[in-house]
Amino acid sequence: MNKKTVKILVPAGALGIPFDKNALINGIKQKPDLIAIDGGSTDSGPYYLGSGKSKYSYSATKRDWSILMEMRAKAKVPLLIGTAGTCGTKSSVEWMLKITKEIAKENKEKLKIVALKTDLSNKFVLEKYKSGKIKPLEGAPKINEDIINNCSNIVALAGVEQIQKAINTKADIIISGRSTDTAIIASLPIYHGLNIASAWHGAKIAECGALATNNPNSGVVLLEFDHNGFTITPMCKNTKATPQTVFAHMLYENADPYILLEPGGYLDVSNAKYKKHKKNSVRVEGSKWFNKNPYTLKLEGARLVGFQTISIVLIRDPHYVKNIDKWINKLKKSFYRKTKKSVLFDVRLELRIIGKDATLGNLEPLKINNNEVAVMAIFTANNQEKANDSAKLLNPDLLHLALTKNEPMPTFAFPFSPPEIDKGPLFEFCFHHVIEIDNPKDFFQLEFHNT
Amino acid sequence: MKTLSKITKNIRSKNAGPFWVTVDLFFKDKDSFFYACKNISNEEVSNILKIKRNHLKRFDIENLKVIKFSFPRKNIQGSRLDRDMHGASFAILFEKLSV
Repeated sequence: MNKKTVKILVPAGALGIPFDKNALINGIKQKPDLIAIDGGSTDSGPYYLGSGKSKYSYSATKRDWSILMEMRAKAKVPLLIGTAGTCGTKSSVEWMLKITKEIAKENKEKLKIVALKTDLSNKFVLEKYKSGKIKPLEGAPKINEDIINNCSNIVALAGVEQIQKAINTKADIIISGRSTDTAIIASLPIYHGLNIASAWHGAKIAECGALATNNPNSGVVLLEFDHNGFTITPMCKNTKATPQTVFAHMLYENADPYILLEPGGYLDVSNAKYKKHKKNSVRVEGSKWFNKNPYTLKLEGARLVGFQTISIVLIRDPHYVKNIDKWINKLKKSFYRKTKKSVLFDVRLELRIIGKDATLGNLEPLKINNNEVAVMAIFTANNQEKANDSAKLLNPDLLHLALTKNEPMPTFAFPFSPPEIDKGPLFEFCFHHVIEIDNPKDFFQLEFHNT
Repeated sequence: MKTLSKITKNIRSKNAGPFWVTVDLFFKDKDSFFYACKNISNEEVSNILKIKRNHLKRFDIENLKVIKFSFPRKNIQGSRLDRDMHGASFAILFEKLSV
């Protein structure tokens, strides 16, 4: 307790994103108190939280994690990962634990590992919902009892109170489930009684590694916290942080560049001052932290909403490219006529015209002016078999449907055989909400492992 | 009248969590920034995005010569009707905007 400064080494924006190994070695020489890295977020979409799986492969994760474990052994300080395995569910924490134990075994390392699981049961969340303890944030979707019951995974994002408890165990490696990108960094300086606002602010600036510098791909940055502020220093040669690059990072992926809602309160950086420090560092002071009562944690959840199959057909005939909207309408009518009185009556079909407005939909300001377009047909059903059957049903039309009765039967280009591909389950994010809790320090359980 | 692409260094759009999109307009110099601050109307931005005017948040950030717009997305990221998971293509709509 009560160190005057705390140094945290952040190797990259997330485990799986490349980092410069020499920069990391350089960082270790600065004698950090902690190595902290993020393991995921919702950024890659609902599939990962819905399925409880990682976005990165086992082998690539093992390769990168073993480098960090080697660095930890050299530095003799704890190594902490937040939101392990992309989504931070119980299953992905266990996946990360397995990788860690495997590496330790190969290196004959004796390690104390602590795991923080942040899953919440549907039943618990439902009870909290019924007692009015779940509150929407701005732009939240509507929720109800069914939606809560149907979530395949629900996690709460851990804050500093929960991460500190894990750090306090003096473990060599801390594997945390879902946590805010910032809490994994802010926990240690706050634990040592340093400036709370600067701890959160510095954490926000470094949560994407070297993205706040002029060389984003170099990954590694060092944060130094004290009673008045923080300093950020890139660890790669010829890399600079400038007041501009650092402040500009507050814009990135943030709806509001000044206010950051975190567990237990919010950060306000409106009056922060960013100053050049030494050769390539930036010193930041002047941000403010406000506690909020009751204490809240943010919720994330995803539920299964269907199964999909997709088909793609390429249209090169100028007559059809020109009349693509008419053709699409005809195709849709034909599909719903065929499915109306069958078991496929509730299958939903979307036809997106690649080369026209597949990206922007009805926001697209330009008119089509192409030699070819692709039509991507997306079938969504309540099981995979029905989605696939629907795609097979539309197959002859996708290949041969004529615009009018009076023209010869056309044939379009299928790029592969079969033209339909099962895309698997479709998940949907359900919460942009917080949950009010009254026992922040003991809200999650810790789990201990030794190798 | 100038199009935004003429007076900006870069325009980027990105999802800010699964429920919001944010667009950052980086202007070439202070003159362009101040010109845009005066002349970009929130009405027009809401129109190209087809969103309600009161759903649009705007930040004019002089230090960085940046105007930032944030708005809730019509379809949740990665849901059935979403076309652009990371909200990457909203930037294009701003490039063509005349101010």
